[in-house]
This record gives sequence, structure tokens and C-alpha cells, in this order.
Amino acid sequence: MSLLTIRNLTVRFATATGSFTAVDGVDLSVDRAEVLAIVGESGSGKSVSMLAVMGLLPDTATVTADEMTYDGQDLLAMSDAQRRRLIGRDITMIFQEPVASLNPSFTVGFQIEEVLRFNLGLSGKSARARALELFRAVGIPSPEEKLKSYPHQLSGGQCQRVMIAIAIASNPKLLIADEPTTALDVTIQKQILDLLMSLQEDYGMGLILITHDMGVVAETADRVVVQYKGRKMEEADVLDLFENPQSPYTRALLSALPEHATGDRLPTVSDFFEGGAVR
Amino acid sequence: MVRFLLSKLLYLVPTFLGITIVAFGFVRILPGDPVLLMAGERGVSPERHAELSAQLGFDKPVVMQYFDFLGRLLHGDFGNSLVTKKPVLTEFLALFPATVELGLCAILIATLIGVPVGVLAAIKRGSWFDQVSMTSALVGFSMPIFWWGLLLIILFSGVLGWTPVSGRISLMYYFPESTGFMLIDSLMSGQEGAFRSAVSHLILPSIVLATVPLAVIARQTRSAMLEVMGEDYVRTARAKGMPRRRVIGVHALRNAMIPVVTTIGLQIGVLMAGAILTETIFSWPGIGKWMIDSISRRDYPVVQSGLLLIAGLVMVVNLLVDLTYGLINPRIRAS
Repeated sequence: MSLLTIRNLTVRFATATGSFTAVDGVDLSVDRAEVLAIVGESGSGKSVSMLAVMGLLPDTATVTADEMTYDGQDLLAMSDAQRRRLIGRDITMIFQEPVASLNPSFTVGFQIEEVLRFNLGLSGKSARARALELFRAVGIPSPEEKLKSYPHQLSGGQCQRVMIAIAIASNPKLLIADEPTTALDVTIQKQILDLLMSLQEDYGMGLILITHDMGVVAETADRVVVQYKGRKMEEADVLDLFENPQSPYTRALLSALPEHATGDRLPTVSDFFEGGAVR
Repeated sequence: MVRFLLSKLLYLVPTFLGITIVAFGFVRILPGDPVLLMAGERGVSPERHAELSAQLGFDKPVVMQYFDFLGRLLHGDFGNSLVTKKPVLTEFLALFPATVELGLCAILIATLIGVPVGVLAAIKRGSWFDQVSMTSALVGFSMPIFWWGLLLIILFSGVLGWTPVSGRISLMYYFPESTGFMLIDSLMSGQEGAFRSAVSHLILPSIVLATVPLAVIARQTRSAMLEVMGEDYVRTARAKGMPRRRVIGVHALRNAMIPVVTTIGLQIGVLMAGAILTETIFSWPGIGKWMIDSISRRDYPVVQSGLLLIAGLVMVVNLLVDLTYGLINPRIRAS
């Protein structure tokens, strides 16, 4: 049985001009200890489909699916309270903007200890000790000192490490990383990805990596789902995808990689693919 | 922190000087001659008028009068009332607790109701609660205080007879003043019913004075909450599996309070202005009523020094708010 199974997921937003479909009939599944990459350009519904799993979409969103189960439990049929017992414990998520994702009014120590106290029932001292341990595990320098820091006193990379520490605090079975390196410098990107991959291996977590960076996909993923305009274009093992892409959109996406540029202009997806011709 | 405090204190100097000019200029713009008003209906001979004017320093050029005033201020001399002959500071300090009691009560009502209403309106955005509370806030904000006060007096004191019309406590009770705060003094007196009487006298003026700040605080809290609820860190708190109450009450509210605290601080100035009207309507023996009476008597020293003391008070409160701002916003503290 897959860890997470989604069948025919649709997310609609009520807007001033009517209903807007952000995710349209997406299927996907992740196994334990598997790395699944969801790729696609901005607006392809990658983040929205994962926020739907987490139950983090605003009230204007309507989520429907034929199936949305975590470890055999129906996520859609759960009450909010039941779902909260899963979210933040079994399924955790990190986001694109690490600095903005941490509360500016509290120390990062408070923010990680909160998870340990509320989700794992640890008390003051043991929570602090565990927080320290987690900060060491994610490679934060001088962790004792950093626990007392506010997010604005840390760099972007350090903030993302804190976010990762928070995300792994309760030994989750599934970690969703929503473009975790997009907002970071290139050198830091590599460090964060390496950290995520080593933690994924150590903890045996399922990892869903949302990205638009094909380089990241090639380095990290076992399997890839390609999304475009809210729909799934293709799903394949990572090697198959790069060697033998099936969907015209995936081919266009791969052709548009900067290393394929020949003239003095970078190619774009629309050079190879007409959006209207999907399916 | 020390530098932050020093720079804030330095700003107070030019502000205070500006206020001395305004306070001094304001009373001199008022039509009417204080010497003639002191004399009353009996009138005064031109010789006596000149003598009195010289005695009070009104015969000097206005600029000289201003520097005399400033010089005395620097020695801590706020002047004496032309009417009661008592030092202005003594009168101010005697009446001050009444205004503080009323103001504190009003700001407490405004904050304790305004913040929860704003939060609830924000999380139930578009609901009937949101619409009713925000419309009421707009009405409260727009309503003239004196009219609102009269309406409440008519209803609660006139028709229902629940509250007294004016004063701080019923004449039945007498006890020595120790703190100047009627609620505390009446409690300490041990006289049965005294505290209840003090509360019943305080409640209506407090509500009237609280109305405008309440409306402003509720609206500001609502908009700050709406803004904060959309922030990434609130999403993170939810993603961590925190209960909804904690997400709103701890993660969102702490950040939303930053602009709200500023608003509450700014309302202290509004409160002093409101106190003048409220105290007059309810014959509340505080600074506001004292100022109004002094203006009508052209009691120059009282009006100018009273204005200065009130403005100084507002400045100090705003300074305290600035410091609080540093406490609740770590980014300010660090810089």
C-alpha cells in the first residue's frame, strides 16, 4: 500500500469572476522512503495539490477527489481534529520562503519547541534538549545560541535549516518540500538539497519535492510527475523521463533547458509546445 | 536599547518647545481681556487695569511674555491661577487622578472589547458578526461624543434610572482622599455601598469616552489580523498541526498587535480631547472640565500650563508605547 494515494484530485477556487480550477483530475502516489518530484512551471497546480493534502488551502478552495488516503486513512473523511493529528506529525511540509515562513515575533527555539511540546508531549527541558539535537542534525552552527535567535537574525539558508528541523521534529513518514531551494543562493541550494536527501535516507521518509528545476529532479527523484495547467502530463521513473519523455509537454520542457540553447536566445517551453494542444 | 531610548528622548525636546509656543499662542488668540474678566461686572478703572496688567506681566511685548513663561517653566514654575491664585501644578495634580481613572477605565474598555471584536470579525470575515460589528464601529467613530453622552444619560439615568447623572460618587459618602482614585479610595474606606456608588458613577462616562477608541481599535485589529492571517508563518503554524486557537491567538495575534499597540497609544491623545467633552457632560471633576472652565475665565496661566502638562503627558505615553513596540516587535529591538 502506498503511503499517500491521490486519485482524481480537483481543486477549485471561488473568485470574483467565477470558479477557477487550479488542479484538474490529478493522480499520484508516494511510497515509503520514496522520493517523488512534482515538476511544472508556475501556476501548474503543484503547490496547490500538496496544500490540499495538508488541508492548508483557504476557505475559498473546494477540494474533491475520488481518493485521498494517507497510510490507508481517508484524509477527506477526517474531521479537522483528526487531520491535525496527522498534519505536523506524520506529514510535514516546508516552504519556498524560509524567512517569511518563520514567525518574526518568536525565537526559532520557541517555534521548534512548540512542535515538540504540542505534538510529542515533551516538557520544557527535554524539548530544549531535543531541539538542540535537531538543530545539530540539520547542521546549524552554534545551535545553543541560534535557538535564542529570531528569524531576522538568521540567513535564508539557516532559516530553511530551521524549517527542516521543525519538519523532521516528529519523525514524519512523509515530508513535502515545496520549492525548498528556490529562494536561496545557488551554493546554499546544493547544501539544503543534500541535507534533505540525507535526512530522507536516515529517517526513511517519503519525500515529495515540488520544483521547477529539472536539475534538482535529475539529482534527487526516484519518480517524477509532470504537471501543466493543473493537469498531470506524465508520470515516469526519473531515468525514463529524461531518456524517453512521453508527453509532448515534457519533451518541450526538457528541450527548453538552458543547456540546450543554441543561438543567442534561451529557448522557452512555448517554442516547442502550444499550450492549447494539451491532450 | 539605551541609544533607542536616548534618541526618542531627544525628539521630545523640539516637540515640547513647539507645544510651548502653541499653548502660549493659543490663549493669546482667544478674544477677551483676562484683567477685565477678573474684575467682572464691577469694572475696573484704567489706572487699576494698567497696574494689574503690569503685575501679571501682560504689559510686556508678547515675545518677552513668552520667554518669561519659558524661563519660569525651566525652573519648574507653571504659574498661578488668576482665579484661585493657587499654583497650576497643585491644581493639576489634585484633579489629575480623576481624569486618569476615567481615561484608564475607558482605554481598558476599548481594548478589552475592541481587540476580541476585531479578531473575531477578521476570522469570521463577511459573516453577520463582522458586518454588524464593523458597521457599529463606524457609527461609534462618527458619533459626536457630547450627543452620544446625552443619549446615554437620557436612557440609563433618565428613563431606566440605573446610573447617576453626574459626579464621581454619591454625596452620602465621605472619606479622606488618599490615592485620588475614587475606586481605590472607596474600597479602602470600608464604607458599605461606596465602591458600588463609585462604579455606577464611572461606568457611563467611561463608555462614552471609550466609544471612539473602541471603534478605532476594533477596526485596526480586524485589518491587522486579516493581513497577518495571510502570512506564510501563519500557514507554517497550521502546517505544524497547531490547534486553530493557538494559530490565531498566539501566532497571528502577536504580530497583529504591533500596529494595534501603536493605535492604542495614539488614542491616548484622542482620549484627552474626548475627556474634555465627557467630563463637561458628566460634571466629572477632572483635567478636561478644569481646562474648559479656565478657558471661559481666560485664566491664561492655567490654560497654557494645563495644555502643556496634558501635551507632556501624551508625549510620555507615546514614548512608553514606542518602548512597548520594541518589546513586542523583536525586529525593532534589534535595530
